[in-house]
Amino acid sequence: MSGLLTEAFLSSLLTGAIVAAIPILLAGLGEQMSEKAGVLNIGIEGMMLMGAYVGFLVAFETNSLWLGFLGGILGGVLTAIVMAVLCVRLGLNQIVIGIGLTLGVEGLTALLHHFQFSRTYPRLPAPERLNIPGLTDLPVIGPSLFGRHLIVYLALIAVVVLAYLYRRTNLGMTLSAAGERPAALDVAGGNVLGIRVVAVLFTGAMAGLGGAYLANIGAGLFIPFMTGGAGFIGIVLAMLARGRPLWVLIGSLIFGAALSLTTALQVAGSNIPTDVIQMLPFAAVMLVLVLFGRRAKLPAALGAAYERGAR
Amino acid sequence: MSNASETVTSLSSETRAGVIGVHGVTKRFPGVIAVNNVSLTFHQGEVHVLLGENGAGKSTLVGILSGLQEPDEGYLSLNGKKIRLASPSASLDAGISTVFQHSMLVPTLTVLENLTLGAPWYERPPRARIAARMEELKREFALSLPLDAIVGELSLGQQQQIEIARALLRDSKVLILDEATSMLTPQGAHELGERMQKLVKSGLAVIFITHKLAEAYRYGNRISVLKQGALAGEMVPDQLKSMSEDQAVDEIVRLMFGREAGAGSTEQRNSTKRDDTVLKLENLSTQGDADVMGIADISLILQAGEIVGVAGIDGNGQKQLAEAMAGQRPLNSGRVELDGEDITSATVAQRRRKGLRYLTDDRLAEGSVAAFPISENTVLKDIGQPPFWVNGLERPQRIAQHARELIARFSVHAPGETTPIGRLSGGNIQKVLLGRELLGEARVVVFNKPTYGLDLKNIDTSRQRISEIAERGLAVLLISTDLDELMALSDRIAVMEGGRIRGIVKNDGSGEALRLRIGRMMAGEEDYKQATA
Repeated sequence: MSGLLTEAFLSSLLTGAIVAAIPILLAGLGEQMSEKAGVLNIGIEGMMLMGAYVGFLVAFETNSLWLGFLGGILGGVLTAIVMAVLCVRLGLNQIVIGIGLTLGVEGLTALLHHFQFSRTYPRLPAPERLNIPGLTDLPVIGPSLFGRHLIVYLALIAVVVLAYLYRRTNLGMTLSAAGERPAALDVAGGNVLGIRVVAVLFTGAMAGLGGAYLANIGAGLFIPFMTGGAGFIGIVLAMLARGRPLWVLIGSLIFGAALSLTTALQVAGSNIPTDVIQMLPFAAVMLVLVLFGRRAKLPAALGAAYERGAR
Repeated sequence: MSNASETVTSLSSETRAGVIGVHGVTKRFPGVIAVNNVSLTFHQGEVHVLLGENGAGKSTLVGILSGLQEPDEGYLSLNGKKIRLASPSASLDAGISTVFQHSMLVPTLTVLENLTLGAPWYERPPRARIAARMEELKREFALSLPLDAIVGELSLGQQQQIEIARALLRDSKVLILDEATSMLTPQGAHELGERMQKLVKSGLAVIFITHKLAEAYRYGNRISVLKQGALAGEMVPDQLKSMSEDQAVDEIVRLMFGREAGAGSTEQRNSTKRDDTVLKLENLSTQGDADVMGIADISLILQAGEIVGVAGIDGNGQKQLAEAMAGQRPLNSGRVELDGEDITSATVAQRRRKGLRYLTDDRLAEGSVAAFPISENTVLKDIGQPPFWVNGLERPQRIAQHARELIARFSVHAPGETTPIGRLSGGNIQKVLLGRELLGEARVVVFNKPTYGLDLKNIDTSRQRISEIAERGLAVLLISTDLDELMALSDRIAVMEGGRIRGIVKNDGSGEALRLRIGRMMAGEEDYKQATA
């Protein structure tokens, strides 16, 4: 194990952690808003996958990563509209619709991809990376922290912006009210269904962006079912973060590191069996849940549809 | 106890147009008419009390005024103009603020956030402006609130002050207080009464909903009494001013509990009471909390063949008493004795086997499993017991046969014993449950609102069966909110209020006088204790 702390190992661990963390960070931030507002958005996995598919397709056709990200957001939002109409407007069961949505998108994207590309998986050109002279050249942390695509930094800025909005404007209060006691918001003249729809669509946008990142930056290609539970990890993060964006960031980095450890250990050529290494991220998830699962504090009306005057 | 009317301006209140008018409003829910052709006018500068029992239509009326429900018939008016309140925000825009019976605050948010609830999400909370206004409210109405405290950590009285403050911050013209004193201490209720008078002096119209008679007189300028969804009477300010509290309360009791003209008299059952004591309750007490009332010091004796009625406004501990007797609710103290045997620590199943039976008022949620066939429901309380289970195995044939017998004996209208019980009407479910409770050696049957929600024919049949049960020598505890029913069936009537027995009266057939006495006790106005012999 003496070769573990080499520059190559640390660098690939850090790089991998960030690459793996960004999609679940975006998904977690999105899910957090839905959950605050009282909607348990299980369909986020499907929104993410749709974002990955549409995002990849747009980027592939236009050769523009930024248009690809926009496409990803659009794909996520379109999927989220279904969720918003069925679960918020019509008050159907959020769990059932969410699972159905995820399964539906999985099948749909796999089918469409097969039609278009048969069994080939075309790749996108490598993304442009930010180059900050001086910082990017630092050893170990340079390329990992300062040589990433601009979208990474935008995701980090989103953490700060959301934290500000939740704390300093009426947004946080309105979301919390919709999630804790929707009737109170309703009789105070607020719009419960309105804010919940906004939250679900925001989740779709963030998840779609995360999916597009996964396809366009992380992998450079689209593979059916490629999100592989990243959306669900986002749900876990949102539940553990107690409504704080910063905690979603910390959590996503921990999960990202666990995920990237797999690659990093293999790069370092350690003599731990591969099977054990590949088990690590999941062991980490279980460890975190065992340690912090009790900390999760969920809004009182989470998962319950709101209907005015219902007793 | 200031006489409130002196705050009314010199103009005669009858000639002034009201702020809010309710005109011929009717609201139906499946199976019930909650509000029936009610017309009311609420005036500026008056505390207008809406008085009535549970189910009298008060809360529905509040729902209509606050935009939660729309009337099926009739309309509302604001300053003489017809207005539609299709949503809570429409009601708020019309200047109507409501403090609901159940807190409409978000417990996890701060006071300030709750005060600004409903503001556009992109704005920043106007902290400085609200702090300044709160200073004014503190001077004018003695409303003092810590803006940064978490609401869930404040007392119920303080929480109510937040809701009142919220109404004042919105510059409301009308303030509705729905059962506002139910959560308060007597001191808190008194303060609220004084605050209401300050509010009407400053030009508001206050609508105060309560079922407490004395509060209505003390804090109100005008009283309207609702009964079964309809307006039973109104006492105008001049009339109220000229009355003493006792006179006013008498008049209100007459309006609330008096027999309507035209209702046929129900014949009183002949007593079948015997001398042997079957059930003895001594000083039963249970723990109460914010949602559930506890009971205190309940002592009762039931004799064989006797029907003891329990009267009271719904939610005054009757259900808790029944559950405590059946063993479904833990006791803080007290003793239950059946046929001379102490069964205080017996479980629900043990009590049932010894012959203490409880027929719940919650027929669908507690009494039966709606999706199960009738047959399974008839043995729901005897799972694992012979003859329906032998050596741990269910005997479907035996159960089906038993169910068919029960269906025939209690004339249950059902396609067959395999029909899910949830598909039956309330009356037929009631018959199945009664059949189940009478299975085997029953000694005491506790009925909780046995005829509630049934149609007239089934009500008659149910009452007939209850008489028959008593005739057979069983002791019956009959909990009901229907005074006519209690006076027709009971030997004695215990009146519950606030989780205690306020008095036990003999059903001596004195009719109207007895009815008014019970009514006063139900309202907590008369503490009439009689030996429970």
